[in-house]
Amino acid sequence: MITTKTILQPEVLEAVVVRFVGDSGDGMQLTGTQFTDTSAMFGNDIATFPNYPSEIRAPQGSLYGVSGFQVHIGSVEISTPGDNVDLLVAMNPAALKTNLYAVKPGHTIIVDTDSFTKKNLDKAEYKTNPLEDGSLENYRVIQVDMTTMTKEALKDVEGLDNKSITRSKNMFALGMVYWMYNRPKDHTVDFFNKKFKGKQHLIEANTKVLNAGYYFAETLELIPNAYTISPAKMIPGTYRIIGGNTATAWGLLAAAEKSGLELFLGSYPITPATDILHELVKHKHFGVKAFQAEDEIAGVTSAIGAAFAGDLAITTTSGPGLALKGEAIGLAMMVELPLVIINVQRGGPSTGLPTKTEQSDLMQAMYGRNGESPVIVIAASTPSNCFNFAYEAARLALEHMTPVILLTDGYIANGSAPWKIKSTADMPAIKNHKIAKIKENWSPYDRDEKTLARNWPVPGTPGLEHRIGGLEKDRVTGNISYEPINHEEMTRIRAEKVRLVENNIPELKTEFADSGDLLVIGWGGTYGSLHSAVKQISDEGYKNIGFAHFNYINPMPKNTEEILSKYKKIIVCELNAGQFVSILKTRFTKFEFSQHNKIQGLPFSNDELIQHFKQLV
Amino acid sequence: METTTAVKKYTFKDFTSDQEVRWCPGCDDYVILRSMQKALPEMGVNKEDVVFISGIGCSSRFPYYMSTYGMHTIHGRAPGIASGVKLANPNLSVWVMTGDGDSMAIGGNHFIHLLRRNIDLNMVMFNNEIYGLTKGQFSPTSIIGQKTKSSPYGNTQPPFSPGELALGANARFFARIGGNNPKDMTQIFIDAHKFKGTSLIEVLQNCVIFNDGCFDEVTDKEVKEDKQIFLEHGKPMIFGKNNDKGLVLNKLKLEVVTIGENGITQEDILVHNAKEEDKTLHQMLVRLEYPLATGVIRSFTDVTLEEREDALTAQVKSNSKFKKADDLFFSGETYEVK
Ligand SMILES: Cc1ncc(C[n+]2csc(CCOP(=O)(O)OP(=O)(O)O)c2C)c(N)n1
Ligand code: SF4
Ligand SMILES: [Mg+2]
Repeated sequence: MITTKTILQPEVLEAVVVRFVGDSGDGMQLTGTQFTDTSAMFGNDIATFPNYPSEIRAPQGSLYGVSGFQVHIGSVEISTPGDNVDLLVAMNPAALKTNLYAVKPGHTIIVDTDSFTKKNLDKAEYKTNPLEDGSLENYRVIQVDMTTMTKEALKDVEGLDNKSITRSKNMFALGMVYWMYNRPKDHTVDFFNKKFKGKQHLIEANTKVLNAGYYFAETLELIPNAYTISPAKMIPGTYRIIGGNTATAWGLLAAAEKSGLELFLGSYPITPATDILHELVKHKHFGVKAFQAEDEIAGVTSAIGAAFAGDLAITTTSGPGLALKGEAIGLAMMVELPLVIINVQRGGPSTGLPTKTEQSDLMQAMYGRNGESPVIVIAASTPSNCFNFAYEAARLALEHMTPVILLTDGYIANGSAPWKIKSTADMPAIKNHKIAKIKENWSPYDRDEKTLARNWPVPGTPGLEHRIGGLEKDRVTGNISYEPINHEEMTRIRAEKVRLVENNIPELKTEFADSGDLLVIGWGGTYGSLHSAVKQISDEGYKNIGFAHFNYINPMPKNTEEILSKYKKIIVCELNAGQFVSILKTRFTKFEFSQHNKIQGLPFSNDELIQHFKQLV
Repeated sequence: METTTAVKKYTFKDFTSDQEVRWCPGCDDYVILRSMQKALPEMGVNKEDVVFISGIGCSSRFPYYMSTYGMHTIHGRAPGIASGVKLANPNLSVWVMTGDGDSMAIGGNHFIHLLRRNIDLNMVMFNNEIYGLTKGQFSPTSIIGQKTKSSPYGNTQPPFSPGELALGANARFFARIGGNNPKDMTQIFIDAHKFKGTSLIEVLQNCVIFNDGCFDEVTDKEVKEDKQIFLEHGKPMIFGKNNDKGLVLNKLKLEVVTIGENGITQEDILVHNAKEEDKTLHQMLVRLEYPLATGVIRSFTDVTLEEREDALTAQVKSNSKFKKADDLFFSGETYEVK
């Protein structure tokens, strides 16, 4: 039954946002992933974002047990999972209640009416049934008794218990959505064949339900095949859909192979960084040594040991873990060993919002250690470029003999997007400073003239035996030294070494207006939101707005000042209370910076950005 | 220990660095240093393959005085660093040099996990029952009532027994030795090196400045033979100046008996089996106050973490279709955009 009075007109859409929501047991992640993969193969550009409850098994039907998966697909460039949902598929009242805010009036909602029982309505804290009380009048609500129809479709399949029958209703929903957006079913059918290999009844059941949903949508003429989304104009090549954390792990694999070093990971599980550990432990075939330590301190210290012994050493964590690693990162900085620290930021402070996103660890990454201890800080900005920046973190650590902190965040780490697969052969070369032979008057603190990177004598090499440590060392011999002037010189050398990295990184680029009234600045995981907001406003005719996004934070690109000077106003947008802007203010005192901040555990929405930018021009 | 190149011949001088040793004169740390420098040439290991890792404390200055590879790291964290070194290059002989505070206070968590995992490396704990470097606060091994700078009226916190803690954490190798006994200490270092798995050696180390004489009752030359039993695998548990005292099991307790009294003969005395997997008796020996058990108390050969990891890696490698990163990147669900 369809309550909408309006007949939908067929239209060709540039982009559409679909959100699947249900109980954590309803299989929404799977449904979303299938829709994503099918659309990707169809040639669309894509961005996705999963949203699951922090509780592993929250009570059925509860508001906090709702799990969701959002997909943004388009024939145009897609840079965020989208703000406004065009189609919401809600499998129960709690899912509807917690997600309705994202659907604008006039847009479509599919609900499983079978789940709108008194019990479920109570659990969702609905006093009256929203399907009956008129509160959804402004939406196109498609009411489907999905559970009943799933059961009906499966009445002839043998060997299924009640639970597996009700569980497959997500495929009914998927079938409907496939028809609505004119997607082929074969990828998902192939998937069933692989996943349930040998379990013929499950293959049959899932395929039947998927078809049932598809034909249901087709037969009910009330849902015209309204939307089509043509393939996007993407650079030709081989693609895959990749999530940010996987991309990060793969970037490290590529860096290890390219540098000819073995990969060592020392880590302790923490949301949302754990999936990098999960991914790397799989790759023993590449000789990856992944060590799950007893805590974050042991995670980073084991990595420091591996770096001393000559491996490409990594530690991965999130904010609270970075806090624990601080002292050891200071050691790595002091002994000048290459070390990659990956911090997948989440909402802070303290335990904060573990499953939500934020950019509030920037100051911690920059300054969260005792003493003068500068390290390289870089940030990835999209799920797929996590690959590039993980690779880049490894390259810079090895070429400059210093710790590198790579910041990603829950938003890009859990989100996914098409990735034009990079072959290791196409990645830049990675040098390192290992030495094999002893020269006269040799010291472990001999430095490369251009970069000030010290050499990297590795245990096992005859003649290069040496001791390093956290105590201040003589700038020439590397022996312990408490000499006042030497300490000041060493402090300056360590800072200069990090500053010189600016010669080994690309310049800052601007998009849209390359000079003008307003420069929008962002860094890290907000690229997608900021880019699409500036694009929209520029498409609307505001041609004097430029956009610069930072991936290199310490040091910053050499041309930063030059770019800042080309605009009348500058606005720095961050998901924190203003951390990057305060770094910019201290460094570039002659400019005035305004700021836009959001600290809700959520990404920026297009509307809020556009509204703010328009006020400024 | 596998080595890649033929083992060179060394003397203790080859292991002495050019750095001036800065421990207080008379400190047992000198004995430990000298014993290690003497043990290394006997181990059959090349100098470039030896790595000393320490935390922070007087004891942790140790790596600076050796001419091998070394790293003086941060307080309590040497086990993590050493584990990383060993896992990165299993060919190295890795030594953790630590104090009672470094290993059991700030580093207590790493200490137990190191022992649990059984990575093939060695740890020497300089137990002086005090914080030396920070000038005399009580440590996790200080006894109740001990007057220190941070317990002027006497320590109220009951101590750990390192051996008990270690065996509780499933240490496969545990030895204890007096800090004034370089000869046996040297041999124990060699034994520890040869042992495959994590070896822990507790040295009863006299701190002449902040806790002088704390072990005198058992380590003093005059009383040593009567107050200590030096255990050797396969030998009867006999001690005493006259070699007439021995240990027997009486119900669930170890008991000291005199050979020749009450019909006791040498046959009745327990024989030390350090290699036994069951640690019940080792635990009793570790707890014993009179005589204090020294020597290698436990030396049970178990699978090491590296062996487990290597076996898995070999298996995964032989079953895998991925030889290069590209094989992975282009595998599975990919699609072409034309
Ligand atoms: C994080 C940190 N906390 C505290 C200290 C101060 N500190 C240095 S050594 C030490 C205690 C050392 O005692 P122990 O391990 O027994 O070594 P000893 O000096 O007795 O050989 C302390 C508290 C430090 N260096 N780092
Ligand atoms: S303070 Fe004690 S432990 Fe430290 S060097 Fe002096 S005597 Fe040795
Ligand atoms: Mg001590």
